[in-house]
Amino acid sequence: MAGVVILGAGHAGTQAAASLREAGFTGPVTLVSDEADLPYHKPPLSKSFMKQADAPLQPLRGAATYAQKDITLRLGVAVTAIDRPARCLHFADGSRLNYDRLILATGTAARRLTAPGADLGGVFYLRSAQDARAMRAALPDAGRVVVIGGGFIGLEAAAMLAARGIAVTVIEMATQVLGRAVSGAVASAVAADLVANGVTLRCGAGIDHLSGAGQVGAVHLTDGTRLPADIVVVGIGAMPEVALAQAAGLACDNGVVTDATLATSDPAIFAIGDCAAYPQAQLGRMARLESVQNATDQARALAQTLTGNPVVYDALPWFWSDIGALKLQIAGLSHDADDAIVVHRADGSLQSVWRLAQGRLVAVETLDSPGEHMLARRLIAEGLTPARDVMASGDMAALKAAYASARALPA
Amino acid sequence: MAQITFIQPDGSARVVDAPEGETLMIAATTAGVDGIVAECGGSCMCATCHCLVVSGPTEALPVMEDAERDTLEFTAQDMQDTSRLTCQIKATEALSGLTLRVVGR
Ligand SMILES: Cc1cc2nc3c(=O)[nH]c(=O)nc-3n(C[C@H](O)[C@H](O)[C@H](O)COP(=O)(O)OP(=O)(O)OC[C@H]3O[C@@H](n4cnc5c(N)ncnc54)[C@H](O)[C@@H]3O)c2cc1C
Ligand code: FES
Repeated sequence: MAGVVILGAGHAGTQAAASLREAGFTGPVTLVSDEADLPYHKPPLSKSFMKQADAPLQPLRGAATYAQKDITLRLGVAVTAIDRPARCLHFADGSRLNYDRLILATGTAARRLTAPGADLGGVFYLRSAQDARAMRAALPDAGRVVVIGGGFIGLEAAAMLAARGIAVTVIEMATQVLGRAVSGAVASAVAADLVANGVTLRCGAGIDHLSGAGQVGAVHLTDGTRLPADIVVVGIGAMPEVALAQAAGLACDNGVVTDATLATSDPAIFAIGDCAAYPQAQLGRMARLESVQNATDQARALAQTLTGNPVVYDALPWFWSDIGALKLQIAGLSHDADDAIVVHRADGSLQSVWRLAQGRLVAVETLDSPGEHMLARRLIAEGLTPARDVMASGDMAALKAAYASARALPA
Repeated sequence: MAQITFIQPDGSARVVDAPEGETLMIAATTAGVDGIVAECGGSCMCATCHCLVVSGPTEALPVMEDAERDTLEFTAQDMQDTSRLTCQIKATEALSGLTLRVVGR
């Protein structure tokens, strides 16, 4: 028996291996990754890992766990092809590995900057531990950093660098940071917080080219502005890692396409995490999400399915981002939201934004309000929409009371 | 350094050395304690580092903050009076001898 082979040992793949064992799977489990590091938490790469020069990676599981659970780890070798008829993976070192079931958990690759000069030294991406180490090693000599892209990773990195006393400028093409990921109110509050912490934001700015002799020295904007930079950090999004799946003839469309049980167009192959496009339950259409929650919850659901207890994946999405000292949390998905209730604290700061679609609560964005986030997750997951004035109050006691009474009512 | 005993979901005990200032969750995941998933990496958002305090120097435990209470209340399976999130507890010498039961999920 060749057992289950998991391609990609990130959040999704590693959880899938552990969950298969927890669900009682006794056949062989092999977890393979082209990264040489013991599987690790990715979110700290743009947060605590940058803070101190010697901060270690945070392992997803202790080194001994894999042997204890009889999970074979194969790290540091890339898979180059999937031979579906033979149910076999081909590795870069020429070796092969058979599978009965294959789980694709290949994640995403950073979208590359295409402007002239993008290949100069001192231009960094933040996707893997290797990327983060390279960037961290360059920081002691960096007085000025330009961050290209005002998404979560770019802003987290910007806040971190500013806290280290580095002069940081963020270049964002759109008119505000964080694009459509959050409401305008949250984007503005995050931007204001960054500026208050010394970050310079330039929205509505285009990159013309990067200049320097071997090493980057400046970023040139389309309006002619020249921004001196010792290093450049690029955070302009990620693309699903689907090359192998595509070459093997699996259906792909903004990710490896799966059904609600996370099976691909080949019933022996499944896809989870950042690389999978699946029928998203809350949206009612195909979607691909990039979050730790999505990766781990899909892994758990798939482990159930593969051990004889088929489940439809429908967990409520949630997400967090630590931008400097600011904790942004998102419960649910706001893609279809058409209405927003904005809640401020007594001191005028933004506390949360409750987002509705056709009168139904679909997402809640909170800033440093973890209790409200937790409660919102429950409310949305259970399909409850509290009265407007209760949502607008931002008052935990009132929200908890509304939740308790709604639950007490027969559905 | 604090010696912490984790009773794993299968009932077996694991004694783990938690370095001063490190969270008990980090010490547990590094040692591979069963049932502590710590999916959010210690951001107090997932409750997959949930344990019950069994015995030992419980008076040396840090006071529970609102964020930990809310996460436990709304996310954890079977919250009890002795519930704690191990990612919110930093190891101190005084905690040595603490025994926790892993809740798992
Ligand atoms: C810097 C950073 C900060 C983040 N912060 C947050 C956050 O605060 N909150 C949040 O919810 N999410 C955050 N995310 C997103 C989160 O990390 C991802 O959603 C999550 O890692 C997805 O898990 P995954 O297993 O699908 O993919 P990954 O974790 O990316 O793992 C995929 C693995 O597959 C390997 N692989 C790919 N192709 C091959 C091949 N051909 N052969 C062998 N191995 C291969 C890759 O090398 C990689 O190790 C962050 C991501 C980054 C990069
Ligand atoms: S690790 Fe997620 S709540 Fe403790």
